[in-house]
Amino acid sequence: MTGPTAAASVEPIIDVQGLTKSFGTKVVVDAISMKVRPGEIYGFLGPNGSGKTTFLRMLCGLLRPDAGTGTCLGYDILRETREIKRRVGYMTQRFGHYEDLTIRENLEFVARVYGLPRRREVVDEAIERLGLEARQNQLAGTLSGGWKQRLALAACMLHRPQLLLLDEPTAGVDPSARRDFWEEIHQLAAEGLTVMITTHYMDEAERCHRLAYIAYGRLMTEGTVREVVDDAGLVTYLVQGGDQQAIAAALRREEAVQQTVAFGEDLHVSGHDRAALEAALRDALGGDVRWRPIDSGLEDVFISLMRRAEDNFR
Amino acid sequence: MSVFSFTRFYAVIAKEFVQMRRDRLTFAMVLGIPLLQLVLFGFAINSDPRHLPTALLVQDRGRLSRSIAQAMANSDYFDFEREVSTEEEAHALIERGEAQFVLQVPENFERDVLRGDRPQVLVLADATDPTATNVALGATEKLLSRVLDDELSGPNAWLRSSPPAAVAVVHAAYNPEAVTQYNIVPGLMAVVLTMTLVLITGLAITRESERGTMENLLATPVLPAEVILGKIVPFILVGYVQAGLILIAGRYLFQVPMVGSIPLLLLVTFVFVVANLAVGITFSTLARNQLQAMQMGFFFFLPSILLSGFMFPFRGMPVWAQYLGEVLPITHFLRIVRGILLKGSGLAAIAPEIVPIALFALVALTIGLVRFRRTLD
Ligand SMILES: Nc1ncnc2c1ncn2[C@@H]1O[C@H](COP(=O)(O)OP(=O)(O)OP(=O)(O)O)[C@@H](O)[C@H]1O
Ligand SMILES: [Mg+2]
Repeated sequence: MTGPTAAASVEPIIDVQGLTKSFGTKVVVDAISMKVRPGEIYGFLGPNGSGKTTFLRMLCGLLRPDAGTGTCLGYDILRETREIKRRVGYMTQRFGHYEDLTIRENLEFVARVYGLPRRREVVDEAIERLGLEARQNQLAGTLSGGWKQRLALAACMLHRPQLLLLDEPTAGVDPSARRDFWEEIHQLAAEGLTVMITTHYMDEAERCHRLAYIAYGRLMTEGTVREVVDDAGLVTYLVQGGDQQAIAAALRREEAVQQTVAFGEDLHVSGHDRAALEAALRDALGGDVRWRPIDSGLEDVFISLMRRAEDNFR
Repeated sequence: MSVFSFTRFYAVIAKEFVQMRRDRLTFAMVLGIPLLQLVLFGFAINSDPRHLPTALLVQDRGRLSRSIAQAMANSDYFDFEREVSTEEEAHALIERGEAQFVLQVPENFERDVLRGDRPQVLVLADATDPTATNVALGATEKLLSRVLDDELSGPNAWLRSSPPAAVAVVHAAYNPEAVTQYNIVPGLMAVVLTMTLVLITGLAITRESERGTMENLLATPVLPAEVILGKIVPFILVGYVQAGLILIAGRYLFQVPMVGSIPLLLLVTFVFVVANLAVGITFSTLARNQLQAMQMGFFFFLPSILLSGFMFPFRGMPVWAQYLGEVLPITHFLRIVRGILLKGSGLAAIAPEIVPIALFALVALTIGLVRFRRTLD
């Protein structure tokens, strides 16, 4: 499924095979292999506790894999973690800057730790880009959740990394700031920066060049949005009108119906066998209910993948 | 490659300084603990005790002896309990705790004074409270000179000149090493530094893990040595602030004589401060959370107080305890402080005590560096 689009000559930025990590007896990341190419925005999705954060930590040397090998920016993820750390910008899921330092002090600390030349200018610039000139001397701990995220994002880009590993960077960020963020990410990617980003938002998933979906530590699918949807082989119908609750309950009893997902007024009904699904819909639905086939969306696919993972791996 | 970077080292120092400045608790600990300890040990062990239960053993029947007995009864310092007639009685009184002191005016006292033989008045003391003993000695000296001044007149006036015609001598019954208040205040310097520095740095690294800043820190190229040393440096200053505070209080509040070289003391203090910080940091790398780090700190603090010679005379302890005490930096630092301040020891005299402290610091730092977790595993 690794798309044939990119030339094989281009060195992948992330190239790992069979990465595995357990905590105690629990296998949290289970033999995941992955290739990410330069300039790609790579979305990393999966339910809570599926191992996304753990995977990112292994990429940047914060956790030692139990098994597997690979490179990140061409450096061995087991032996050359220091080289990787210098060149990667990692944004942690939980706010990890000093709450008892001001915004400026936090950025200056980061600038010093990466040994950046022209430190003042770099920090000034970052503060300006954040639009936090007026509040640069405010303690980071007193910032609102969204602003903390934006500070963390600015901090991990300060040293102009070649690869960004962003762990839910937009959680709690308002829509307009989120749009600004994605525009900036696309801008940076166009300039050659590679970005791996975890998110639970579907609209963000759709803005990624490529996606991976994991559940229970296993890679369920991988590819462009189109590829992910097509590979799922999911058939979806849109059902409108009638008593949606009752309809959903009735449909779920049908063998051919794999899942029903409510989208406001609408109901998405999905399965894998088009003929059987249509038969089931005809049986179960009365005349006042309208239904028609639609393209499956990412969300339909992800929910289907999650169900399948639950059945197989739990 | 992994080369120590002064920029990163400085980054950690600068950050720690700012955090220290903003952390009220640390600040309170830095200033509060020395002050509290000084009050507890310095004042609560009353440095100016009065009304000490005292008995009198007069073995001389002269006029001078009667005047001494009279002056004693009038003195604020002594509560005149009774007169005894034999030394055995005197010892028994002290043993039972009925008297803390017995003043012994020896036979032929008056005759010896008049002859110019400068006889001794013996202060038989229960020296378990060394401060009181000191006071009693001072009071006896004053009392003697006053009585003698009054009594030696006319043809005997020539005896009034110095040296005094009679001297007071302490004969300590218990605690013959006589740890005095002068011992306690310098000792406090060692105790306070041990306590605060180990506790403060003990929290330094666990705090990063608990607040979630460790993940960020480990994701940067910073090296364990840069983190550990960077966290130690600001607290060296703290150590000096405390040492200064105690020295000043000792000098002006407790009138501790300071015979030796203060610059030398401050120089040696550096090694001791670093040793304690190294212990704290090492605890911090071993502990899973701040509570554990605190517990380790107290675990270290206890023998430091009990086995170092601060509380009990070192030579009076069982041999195994002495061996244990020798390992602790505070044991050696106590000897250094007391040596320099009270005896005026020079570098040559204290050098053998510096080496074990430095060794201890080195070992602790090495353990800390090795144990510093480079990943989140
Ligand atoms: N240090 C650790 N020790 C023990 N278990 C851990 C540790 N870190 C993570 N886990 C477990 O590993 C599993 C995966 O965690 P991880 O944080 O990677 O999930 P995630 O996909 O990032 O979830 P979320 O979307 O909620 O952030 C969880 O069950 C978690 O409890
Ligand atoms: Mg996560």
